[in-house]
Amino acid sequence: MQGPVADFFRWLDDRYGLYFSPFTDAFDGERILLGLRTTVELSLTCIALSILLGLIGAWMLSTRSRLAQGVVRFYVQAFRNTPPLVQLAFFYFAIGSLLPSSGRSPLIDGYGWAVISFSLLAGAFNVEIFRSGVEAVPAMMVEAAAGLGFSRLQTYRYVLAPLGLRICLPALTNNLVNLVKTTTLAYAIGVPELLYAAGQIWSEVMNVREMMYLLLVIYIALIAILVWVMERWERALRIPGYTP
Amino acid sequence: MTDLPVLRRVGPLAGFRAPLALPALPLAAALFFVASLAWAQTRSAPVGESAAAAVLRWAPLIFGGFLFNVLVSVLSMAVGTALGFALGLLLIAPTRLPRGVGWALTQFFRNAPWLVLLFYAMFLLPFELHLGGLEIPLPSWAKAVLGLSLPVAANFAEIVRGALQSIPEPQWSAARGLAFGPLQTIRLVILPQAVRRMLPPWMNLYAILTMATTLISVVGIQDGLTITRAAIASDARPELMLPLYLFLLLLFFVYCYPIARATLALERRFQVRG
Repeated sequence: MQGPVADFFRWLDDRYGLYFSPFTDAFDGERILLGLRTTVELSLTCIALSILLGLIGAWMLSTRSRLAQGVVRFYVQAFRNTPPLVQLAFFYFAIGSLLPSSGRSPLIDGYGWAVISFSLLAGAFNVEIFRSGVEAVPAMMVEAAAGLGFSRLQTYRYVLAPLGLRICLPALTNNLVNLVKTTTLAYAIGVPELLYAAGQIWSEVMNVREMMYLLLVIYIALIAILVWVMERWERALRIPGYTP
Repeated sequence: MTDLPVLRRVGPLAGFRAPLALPALPLAAALFFVASLAWAQTRSAPVGESAAAAVLRWAPLIFGGFLFNVLVSVLSMAVGTALGFALGLLLIAPTRLPRGVGWALTQFFRNAPWLVLLFYAMFLLPFELHLGGLEIPLPSWAKAVLGLSLPVAANFAEIVRGALQSIPEPQWSAARGLAFGPLQTIRLVILPQAVRRMLPPWMNLYAILTMATTLISVVGIQDGLTITRAAIASDARPELMLPLYLFLLLLFFVYCYPIARATLALERRFQVRG
């Protein structure tokens, strides 16, 4: 690789023996970039799906059907109280082996199972977060909405959802940060995300220490971006003079 | 309470009911497991060992592996709590430098993925520690314990900081007025009040850690997950995968769910009084 960046890292290698191969070797650089893309894609897909699951779950909890409530409670507790890695293994190996495969490629590959597993996991937390957000809206507001003749759906749409969202945003941010960190587990089933790419490089080039530093910096940067976006959103949604 | 219509909650909030009774969910989980056994039986060969017998044969080994997970979680929690407490004190230090150092360490270890930190500890810690003339061997399980205790320490530090700072200022100044030193103030005045605020999140952290201990199977230490996978591989009966994995999930669930319930109960109790 050419350019001032590559030169700098070559100098770092010569001078201090720190070999950051992704910056000097084009092949390793591509591997890390591919890993980064996979991690970002996996994270964004899981964030979207888990928020959807959380909304559906919180809505089901608020219906009057006992069955729907029981199913959601079981789902939430089952995923919250078992190890994420075992959940992933359960989906990938146990459920994956049950599905028919078309020719040589399985119906759902490792990436697909990672999406399903992590979305369900983060979704279980989101259900609780959204539910507590809606519950934290003062009862007064709901009564006022009822007094103004809002229907159930309208109360949700115009009162509970907008206020509940503002209340639960910090908790949601926290959970999404955890979700991004959890995507590293996909390493265990061979999804070529960041940790996997780094692992391939360090087992070939033997620069474990350097790759570790790189990994930590990249993950902290990814999380910093996520937190920054969420905080901006929080500020944009803030209602001046209203603190729930 | 009188059931005047005015007092009844109205609208969508009325739908939320109290959580199911404690045994209902574990019972549902156990039913799930039994159903998977029955399903595996229908897939098994009619002659030879039944699915239930095979699972029963492996159960003690898997349970032993699970106990190792629990042991690792207890050790990591002990180390993490001690480190985290010190880090938490750094976070509320009166001078800038220790506070900055504590903040950087906390942010770093809180925001790095657990698995990456575990790899970090496994690869970068030496296999022997030299303390003076003493040589302490550091087997891989000890490195794993240290690796898991790093994120625990960072998370606990935040809990400690929050709990200590939540104690009202007059308590601090009263202790200073009675000529307590800073550490004495914390130990004799603040901590006894702050412990009850730390306890629920600390228990929550422990449950998270227990579930994270399965990560050690990724870095090549034999735990419950490793043994489950080995059992499936050695029997070559793919239909057993479902019940065996569910058995392991059930073990963790039975261990972690009561902790989660107790955490909630404690939170509620302290909320009323605190």
